[in-house]
Amino acid sequence: MANETILMLPLYLIGFFSLAAVGLDPLFSKNKKVIYYLSLIGLLEAAISAGYALYLHTLTPAPNIEISYAKNMVSTGGMAYFFDILFCLSGILILLSSPRYFTREYKELSEFYSLILLSVSGMMIMAHSANLLVLFIGIEIMSLSFYILAGFIRIRIMSVEAALKYFLLGAFSTGFLVYGIAMIYGATGTLTLSVIQLSIQTNTINSLYLTIGIGLIIIGLSFKAAIFPFHQWAPDVYHGSPTVIAGFLSAAGKAAAMMAFIIIARAIFGGLSQNNFVKDLYVDVRLVLAVLSAATMLIGNITALVQKNIKRMLAYSSVAHAGYLLMGVVAANERGWSGILFYSTAYILMQIGAFIVISLSERNDEQNLKISEYRGFSKAHPYLAAIMSIFMFSLAGLPPFAGFFGKYYLFTAAVETGYVWLTIVAVISSLISMYFYIGLIIKMYFEDPDTQPMVAESGHAVLALTLSTAGVMIFGIFPSLLMDIAKIFF
Amino acid sequence: MNEIPQGYYLLLAGVLFTIGTIGVLTRRNAIIIFMSIELMLNSVNLTLVAFSSFFGDSSGQIFVFFVMAIAAAEAAVGLAIVLALFRLKKTIYVDEANILKY
Repeated sequence: MANETILMLPLYLIGFFSLAAVGLDPLFSKNKKVIYYLSLIGLLEAAISAGYALYLHTLTPAPNIEISYAKNMVSTGGMAYFFDILFCLSGILILLSSPRYFTREYKELSEFYSLILLSVSGMMIMAHSANLLVLFIGIEIMSLSFYILAGFIRIRIMSVEAALKYFLLGAFSTGFLVYGIAMIYGATGTLTLSVIQLSIQTNTINSLYLTIGIGLIIIGLSFKAAIFPFHQWAPDVYHGSPTVIAGFLSAAGKAAAMMAFIIIARAIFGGLSQNNFVKDLYVDVRLVLAVLSAATMLIGNITALVQKNIKRMLAYSSVAHAGYLLMGVVAANERGWSGILFYSTAYILMQIGAFIVISLSERNDEQNLKISEYRGFSKAHPYLAAIMSIFMFSLAGLPPFAGFFGKYYLFTAAVETGYVWLTIVAVISSLISMYFYIGLIIKMYFEDPDTQPMVAESGHAVLALTLSTAGVMIFGIFPSLLMDIAKIFF
Repeated sequence: MNEIPQGYYLLLAGVLFTIGTIGVLTRRNAIIIFMSIELMLNSVNLTLVAFSSFFGDSSGQIFVFFVMAIAAAEAAVGLAIVLALFRLKKTIYVDEANILKY
């Protein structure tokens, strides 16, 4: 039993600290720093305990097997701990960069820290779900926190409008998701993922309900991950919400939605089924996902080409990255899953890093957000420009940065499983994306500034930038560090 | 008395869900859109309860409680966002919230 406590400790800790941050908020209304440091400590402790549990889990004889606790509600798999650490890391990066940003743009409110913790706890509950009910609760805790975060600067019309759009479409997609879950329940008679897998293997299912359920869940999760044709909200929301939060929504939120894809896909199509209907369905679902993935990356990258606003450009490029991540789900083999893990890590580091750089150069109310205003950025801020270039190279997928190896693993996974056409589309859309990523670098380095140099006061954001740059470089030069860990979970 | 077949419950739920979807897609008032979303969630609740009673398994009904709780939380957050919009723009029509576009 002591063992169980240690294995569940990350969830206990993040839950405790997120509630503590909410509860202690009124006591420390004068000194915002108390809640700030409390939240940082909470995220760090959760990450460390998840790391320890991950270490314990790799020692077990079969680390790819997930063990369920609490009456098959909560699972403790290696993937869950991996994503725990990832979500805590993204929360830490955002926390480090936010106080100065909010003091500058609006005012520092300690609710922000508790909301970040709450959304991270929602994502971690998703990661540990062994039951569709738990998965749904996790998604909703995450999404509700996201809606509030998007509209956090409530005196600014853009922020509120982003929150309204995000809320209406998010709640709409929740309807589809939960209808899909109800249909899966109707098909199999259970909400426990392992039992669903068992009943699909033993062919005690209603195939009509299963098909409808899978379709609705794909729609619901595609909304959350901003996958074509449900990506329309993403650019508006990421553009309107405060910059650091846009980084959080687009990176961590997307990784969490992809993780939900992995969990559900492994549960439904995990075991080799004797059922011919399910086998056919599997082929069809993968084809649909492949088409969605191809369309997502093309639409995302092509629309990003013509953007004038840097946040909007990164928002469209984040749509494209959701397409790349979806390739791993299409491949649905060991390499595909671990490729998603690797790419999520790289993507969280580079996307949040890029948004932090933008948040540093942004000035009150939409100043310095046009791409043309980045002309000659390197003259005024050589370090920031260098870091931004690293993130852009990594997002474009150039070696030796982490983004390259993430793409490499996902592309080879798709080729291995016979989706050569999808890989060709992905390579073409990567080439298209070079234009705007490299274009920004050219603007920063080879053009003369026509505005006054921007002043950036960084505070703790320097730490966040150092962390993410170091991560992008290290995982780019030594990808096996991460890949060797990611491989053993599947 | 004859029992109502399971399919009827599911059909009713499906019809309600479709009405909710159409409401979301066609209406322009944020509150009405939100009400349509609630209708969608309630149709899902009906589906879950129907399946639950069909299987004689309680987990579907327990799911309904969670859906209801989450819908309530969603209402709190959503109405606050609509209120924030109203304070700034004096409107709750979503087509008038159109600063963010290409």
